[in-house]
Amino acid sequence: MPRIVIRTERCKSCGWCVEVCPQHSLTIGSDTNPVGYRYAVFAEGARCIGCARCALMCPDICIEVYRDGARPAEGDEESA
Amino acid sequence: MPETATAERRVFGRPQSLTDAPFTYCPGCTHGTIARIAAEAIDEMGLSDRALVIGSVGCSVWTYNFFNLDGIGAPHGRAPAMATGIKRVHPENLIFTIQGDGDLAAIGTAEVIHAAVRGEDITCLFVNNGVFGMTQGQMAPTTLLGQVTTTSPQGRTAEREGFPIPMSEMVALCPGAAYVTRVAVIDPPTVREAKRAIRTAFECQMAGRGFSLVELLSICPTHWGKSPQEAVQRVRDEVLQVYPLGVLRSPPAGTSTDGTAAEE
Amino acid sequence: MSRRVFMKGNEAAAEGAICGGCRFFFGYPITPQNEIPEYMAKHMPEVGGTYVQAESELAAISMVFGAAAAGARAMTSSSSPGISLMQEGLSYLSGAEIPCVVINMVRGGPGLGNIATAQCDYFLATRGSGHGDSRSLVYAPSTVQELHDLTAEAFPIAEKYRTPVMILGEAILGQMMEAVDLRERRDPPEPTSFPWAIGGVRRERPPRIITSLYTRHEDLEAKNREMEARYDQARREEVRWDESGADDPQIAVVAYGVVARVCRTAIERAAARGVRARLFRPISLFPFPEAPLAALAERVEQVLVVEASLGQLVEDVRLSVEGRAPVSLLTRVGGVMITPEEVQDRLEAMSRGSVGGV
Repeated sequence: MPRIVIRTERCKSCGWCVEVCPQHSLTIGSDTNPVGYRYAVFAEGARCIGCARCALMCPDICIEVYRDGARPAEGDEESA
Repeated sequence: MPETATAERRVFGRPQSLTDAPFTYCPGCTHGTIARIAAEAIDEMGLSDRALVIGSVGCSVWTYNFFNLDGIGAPHGRAPAMATGIKRVHPENLIFTIQGDGDLAAIGTAEVIHAAVRGEDITCLFVNNGVFGMTQGQMAPTTLLGQVTTTSPQGRTAEREGFPIPMSEMVALCPGAAYVTRVAVIDPPTVREAKRAIRTAFECQMAGRGFSLVELLSICPTHWGKSPQEAVQRVRDEVLQVYPLGVLRSPPAGTSTDGTAAEE
Repeated sequence: MSRRVFMKGNEAAAEGAICGGCRFFFGYPITPQNEIPEYMAKHMPEVGGTYVQAESELAAISMVFGAAAAGARAMTSSSSPGISLMQEGLSYLSGAEIPCVVINMVRGGPGLGNIATAQCDYFLATRGSGHGDSRSLVYAPSTVQELHDLTAEAFPIAEKYRTPVMILGEAILGQMMEAVDLRERRDPPEPTSFPWAIGGVRRERPPRIITSLYTRHEDLEAKNREMEARYDQARREEVRWDESGADDPQIAVVAYGVVARVCRTAIERAAARGVRARLFRPISLFPFPEAPLAALAERVEQVLVVEASLGQLVEDVRLSVEGRAPVSLLTRVGGVMITPEEVQDRLEAMSRGSVGGV
């Protein structure tokens, strides 16, 4: 299952990821990080298709995207 | 076919050519996006041991803190001259500048034009957001007519402040300029295209074809007084009318025109 | 085997740079130093070096900055108005602790002035070097031979102190021709051999940053103190000066460059008429030879400063003399070269006691 990991301590609440997610799975949460920004959160039960649009737009490289290994990209080692 | 476990793989993360230092740019500022796509291109080209970044003055003054590369800060506007000096000593390096519109198109106008006509094998990344951001939002050479800034408080007029400068168009006229293009970093398709353009520019440089310039239409939410998403809408509605996207001078034959996005 | 050539000052300077390992020259035309970029354009290829004609002096000094940051022996040359344009770059070079060599062949000023000989950039060289607590080491040759030698020696000195070194010449020195024993052309160190240099293919080492920006106040203070320590070391180790004339002087004459040669002639002629004067010729202008000048001032009744400016060297002389003897000033400006007769007349008047110090 595709998923994202948000490094919330880097998030500046800019809203890009929320704007571009085609599944509308992201939202600005109500908790703040140590710097004081309300960081983005992946809604519980929401769906991730691994499109990486959120990561593509995040100016602070907060988001990592993971997909399964069924179709390795060129140059990747096939998982054993 | 043997059974294989389909282990999870990371398809998007921090490029090797960036440090893990948190960016000090404003929320939503596209400087971070631009740094990332440049670093991705460097990683994909396998040049992280020989790429070298030249920061300038403005918000770009922080640039070298974020790259896992040799870096240096140039005086305001002089980055293409500094790049010339470094490239002449180390032609094996991939040398690129990151300059704002004030740096490149006001005080640095002569340096970028002359680096282009000398055909220096360097790349300038021109972050155009129509204001002097770091110094709190003054009018810049690329400020649009009608735009209100701290030094055009009644809105820019041609009669009083002159016209926005067609900087990339001017550079594109220069023999010696191999690749000049204008892209944007305002949504996923434009960010992907911007990365391809940067990759093409870097390939031009490494192939010794001459000078390359990538203008990246950017936003300054802080000094435009808008949210990042509102700012992007302004780019679509207003900035693109004056600064349209597209290749202004084509790369010579033998350079690829579409860099690959590894995660596709 | 030395090569003895009858050569123009500007060309001897350029050849001196090549002998000293300079392999990157970035310049711009301005009279009266044009022979330097012209010589470099012609001869750099002989040593595998690079000549780039920049679009302005603003660009030239930044090109030097880039090449020097990459570990190369890089230089530029200009004359007074162009050196004004380079102040920004010199400050950045100081702050980023990058070595380089700059030649200033001084012309009449201020403003566009004229193309004739002057010494009115003393402040620009020794107090200028851009904004901030930025100092260049400054050397003032008085013969074509000395110009050749000091330019060659400037490069390792710049690297030792990680600061710009300025060779302060006068227009007339660049234009005159004299016999020069040329040095051997020596290769520079490998650019990647410097532990602070950027560029090249990074095999083992981590990335390096070169900057003059230190936003944390304490960091900038610490950096300035490091620079201060190097300037203090230069004050101990790089002072150069020359003395000649009477061993038991009544009058010390302080002058540098070609003006010092005029003074030497005047002193010799005045000696025949009973005036005991000793020439003190600073060669390093920063660091200034304060201690030896103070020692000389102890022994004399009066000090005469002779310079081709309205009075710039005289301030450093007063600081060094520190009241030990009255200091007076004799000047010609605007490109006019003072004559031995004018200096001799003043020495004789001073000796008679008819001109006191100010």
